[in-house]
Amino acid sequence: MPTEPLTSADAGPSAGEAPSADAAPGDRPRPGALLRLRALLHLDQQYLPVVGSVVVLVLMLVVGGTRYDNFLSPLVLSNLLIDNSYMVVLAVGMTFVILTGGIDLSVGAVVALSGVLGARMFESGYPAAVCLPVMVLVGALLGVLAGVMVLVVEVEPFIATLAVMFLARGLCYVIAPESVPIRADAITTLGTSRFGAGEWVITPSGIIALVILGSAFFLLHYTRFGRTVYAIGEDEGSARLMGLPVTVTKLGVYVLSGTCAGVAGLLFAISTRAGYSRNGIGMETTAIAAVVIGGTILTGGSGYVLGSLLGVLALGLIQTMITFEGTLSSWWTSIFIGTLLFLFVVLQRVIVLRRT
Amino acid sequence: MTDVSLEFPGVKALDGVDFRLFPGEVHALLGENGAGKSTLIKALTGVYRPSGGHILLDDVEQRFATPAAAQAAGISTVYQEVNLCPNLSVAENVMLGHEPRRAGAIDWRATRRQAREQLKRLNLDLDPVSGLGTHSIAVQQLVAIARAMVIDAKVLILDEPTSSLDADEVERLFAVMRSLREQGVAILFVSHFLDQVYAISDRMTVLRNGRLVGEYLPAELPRVKLVSAMIGASIEVLERLEAETGSGAADPGAAGSGAVTGDEASGATAPEEAFLRARGLGRKKSVHPVDLDIRAGEVIGFAGLLGSGRTEVARLLYGADRADSGTLVVGGTPVTLRNPRRALRHRIAFSSESRRVEGLVGDLTVRENIVLGVQARRGWVRRLSRRRVDELVARYVAELDIRPADPDALVRNLSGGNQQKVLLARWLAMEPRLLILDEPTRGIDVGAKAEIQRLVATLAGDGMSVVFISAELEEVLRLSDRIVVMRDRTKVAELTNTDDVRLDTVVGLIAGGETRP
Amino acid sequence: MNAVSALLRQRLFWPFAALVALLVADVRRTPTFLTIRVQDGHLFGGPVDILRNGAPLLLVALGMTLVIATRGIDLSVGAVLAISGAIACTVISTSAHPGQPGTLLLAVALACGASVVLGLVNGFLVAVAGIQPIIATLILMTAGRGVAMLITEGQITTITSPAYRTIGAGFWLGVPAAVIIAGLILAAVAVGTRRTALGMLVESVGVNPEASRLAGVRSVSILLAVYAASGLFAGIAGLMVSSNVMAADANNAGLFIELDAILAVVLGGTLLTGGRFSLRGTLLGVLVIQTLSISVTIQGISGAVTPLFKAIVVIAVFLLQSPAARERLRVRRRPAGGSASGGSASGGDTSDGGSAPAVPLNAKVAN
Repeated sequence: MPTEPLTSADAGPSAGEAPSADAAPGDRPRPGALLRLRALLHLDQQYLPVVGSVVVLVLMLVVGGTRYDNFLSPLVLSNLLIDNSYMVVLAVGMTFVILTGGIDLSVGAVVALSGVLGARMFESGYPAAVCLPVMVLVGALLGVLAGVMVLVVEVEPFIATLAVMFLARGLCYVIAPESVPIRADAITTLGTSRFGAGEWVITPSGIIALVILGSAFFLLHYTRFGRTVYAIGEDEGSARLMGLPVTVTKLGVYVLSGTCAGVAGLLFAISTRAGYSRNGIGMETTAIAAVVIGGTILTGGSGYVLGSLLGVLALGLIQTMITFEGTLSSWWTSIFIGTLLFLFVVLQRVIVLRRT
Repeated sequence: MTDVSLEFPGVKALDGVDFRLFPGEVHALLGENGAGKSTLIKALTGVYRPSGGHILLDDVEQRFATPAAAQAAGISTVYQEVNLCPNLSVAENVMLGHEPRRAGAIDWRATRRQAREQLKRLNLDLDPVSGLGTHSIAVQQLVAIARAMVIDAKVLILDEPTSSLDADEVERLFAVMRSLREQGVAILFVSHFLDQVYAISDRMTVLRNGRLVGEYLPAELPRVKLVSAMIGASIEVLERLEAETGSGAADPGAAGSGAVTGDEASGATAPEEAFLRARGLGRKKSVHPVDLDIRAGEVIGFAGLLGSGRTEVARLLYGADRADSGTLVVGGTPVTLRNPRRALRHRIAFSSESRRVEGLVGDLTVRENIVLGVQARRGWVRRLSRRRVDELVARYVAELDIRPADPDALVRNLSGGNQQKVLLARWLAMEPRLLILDEPTRGIDVGAKAEIQRLVATLAGDGMSVVFISAELEEVLRLSDRIVVMRDRTKVAELTNTDDVRLDTVVGLIAGGETRP
Repeated sequence: MNAVSALLRQRLFWPFAALVALLVADVRRTPTFLTIRVQDGHLFGGPVDILRNGAPLLLVALGMTLVIATRGIDLSVGAVLAISGAIACTVISTSAHPGQPGTLLLAVALACGASVVLGLVNGFLVAVAGIQPIIATLILMTAGRGVAMLITEGQITTITSPAYRTIGAGFWLGVPAAVIIAGLILAAVAVGTRRTALGMLVESVGVNPEASRLAGVRSVSILLAVYAASGLFAGIAGLMVSSNVMAADANNAGLFIELDAILAVVLGGTLLTGGRFSLRGTLLGVLVIQTLSISVTIQGISGAVTPLFKAIVVIAVFLLQSPAARERLRVRRRPAGGSASGGSASGGDTSDGGSAPAVPLNAKVAN
């Protein structure tokens, strides 16, 4: 499971060293083993929310597996990723924003806009080579707008992304109030291709989601940009005083989230073969819920993008289980998601309380 | 820096200040609050942009737009609050933004190695992987210095680094400063503690009200003159201050006068006299059980280092934290102080050491801050009448000489001393029988300090009990009838403050009997 | 008080200008827009429409104002609104005597009672469990519409009860009942906060919760009260909305109303970081948003495009308002920055988007 290498995996050579001879006077010699233990304990706490996500996911798999036939079949599990690939991408972008202590309410609307815009462009006969990049770029552009509002105009992220959300929704209706089907070959091909071994399959959408997830992981843990994201989330003032490029990083985070929303819009369009202005309503809350259930703390500074994947999968499993159950009405989905969210919020709270 | 000015509309925070700093020296920057020290530092480090003047670094004019730009030019700052990221590892905090990279990715192994080397330079043996948040403030501060050195800082600015350090830690910091000085780093050092300034600095610059008073060598400037340069008052004022506040201890209301008992266990006093009686009052991980009697009209001083448990005891007495052991008797009835409201009902008030965070409500007005306590006690339904509010506010603004005397001014715009007075007014308006003052004179100017000291003496004279906590032992000695000495979260002694109790007696107790270098 | 009120005027200037601009545009399109007619003893006309259609939003925004003043936010109001409507309509539709006053009272009482309970749950999570408001109320926002569907069993419950219809669509003394209800509640909130000490204590908790606790303020009960009020007002708004269409639509009733309400509050000059609040400002914010919605239709544009214009107004108002307001804020903050601890040491869980460079030393209180 997601053991982040940044502080744990490579710890061996450094932590095992004997206390050095030139320790300052008065500094009690501390055995390396003890230090290591303490570091591990500290890390444990840091990982606890993610551990919680893993536990929930495993529990759901076990419950589902014992309750329903074929629940643990490769097909069902493959579909779990495939069906939720757009949400994975959304949650990845949202993770960055939440890690800085911000929030992005615009992503659902951007998904709709990206879809509607793409559908209209396909309809007007533009080639896929133009349409697909534009669908992503419109997200990036709106991300820039949100970022500029947050940074230059100094509006709260909540309000800035709310404005972008209204803007995107409004544009959707201007472009096409009705659902616009996409019949382009490119989209059809992307939507129907399957790769896989045996019953394990993956679609281009799934691959795109995983690539984005991997890149996000690299970005967060192996670049200065990523580390700055964590620093900003902990304390923006400190990050600034440490000489870190706070403004650029925050702008980057919103652009990233917007771009992810654009990609998610593309993936959503691929799966629905249409663009519709009422798509994606409530998607932003689901994405936020997935990130929180994945162990990212909403105040920022702590969390992992791989956790967000777990969060998305957990939410997806709820949907799958309700489908398998058959008798449960659709509205139970939102009630279950709310319940799960509640449990995780309480768990996070307990962890934070223990830490202080 | 020459002729640097910095204006905020309406206020001239810095007015044509010249300041120079040479490589290989420790230069102390001194001044009262509001003198412009912090502003000067912020102008120097790109946090604020000066409206006039020049900043020359190695004879090259600089204009720093951001802290990052200043750091790139070799100016690093370590702030009192340690502006690092506790959620990240020590290594990351040292290296953040300067991590070695390989093929575009951060090379964590090399990052940790370099961090360890940097820490070694400062004689710090820390596990670079450990989370910064697991270390003490003092260590975090040294980590901040290590970070500053990563960029080969030519100028290192230490803004009140010693405020929350104990003596050992200060010595450790000084060792680091000396070694950096030998390496040719120019160090700008800001501190309120004059001992430390004289111990470490090679040169001093004094600011007052945003203007330069002068640049001095420590050897040339005796302490008294330094203080008078800082406060801009003649020595006579200081002496008057001494005389006035000195009278506090000999206040007629003081109980136990003439008791020449030196060390004595608490509880030797007759219990029925005590307004408040604590037995075995303690809280796990915070403070060991404490016995304490407080009588009416008595000033009890708490002496001890930061973290010795002095604040923690005060918080227990107020119910700010809940005690998990011991009993408390207030005015003859046993009580459990589950929250501050309980304590207030028993007419105990507590003024926190952290004015901004735990005391004032910055965006409310002076008026609202003063009546807040009284109003909270009445509940929200029974609003104080406008007349009663005006009476209260007028009375305390006059009595405590709060400036500006505008009840509608927002409290966060007041100076530190006046903010402290507003806070005091809030508690006094509630007419407490026991007033706990935690560091009421920290970070405020000398004049306000004297007024507050005088006030404490007057209040005790009127029969109020006061617990007085201060890092400045002289102040505690001057004001208190009895002194409770705290060390390592434990009450180690209680002294009746007689003439033969001297500073070194208390220092000895705080230090635990050992003689410190 | 002069400086403060001057600033307040300044803050409300642009929203006010936006309102006037919208009304002027409407009058140019429909010259009779501002005329109020009396027909069958009832008032009609543009302004009446704005007020009547804006009544639910005003109610929700009033609760939101108080919540935001305590540094909180209530995302669940839309869901509470839906639940309240669902309860009322279900009670009436399942009753044997849907027309009786008793049934109506029961429906209203149950709906309002449930809304208060939901508000208290939010309040409990925030005040007692110490969970961030945005996430605490997100839980109910996520689950709430599911609960509403559970109550209506997934149907759009339609009812026929003339008495119930009055709440949202009827008239009292010629004035739309919804306007009277909203007006009365506005007055009650104004009196309740400013004639008692509630307003000051709410602001005190919003500006500095820890200092307020130490000053003996019962912040827990204040937070509970504020969230309960927000729930109740959302519930009453739910009655209006469902009564207006005589149906409970669990999916769409009050959709996005939380966002509109937050927008109205912020347009009205109450900061999301808590503290000083302005009911007048909120009223103005609601009027701007509601007038905008109506204007879009009057201009002959599809109502579905309204969000676009909302976005434009929001962005415009913030662009115009922000630098000036910030500049002012800076002036007021900086002079106090002489001491080493400079800047306001706010708890900072609401991320104050880029408070640089005036307040860089935001010492974190947590941990």
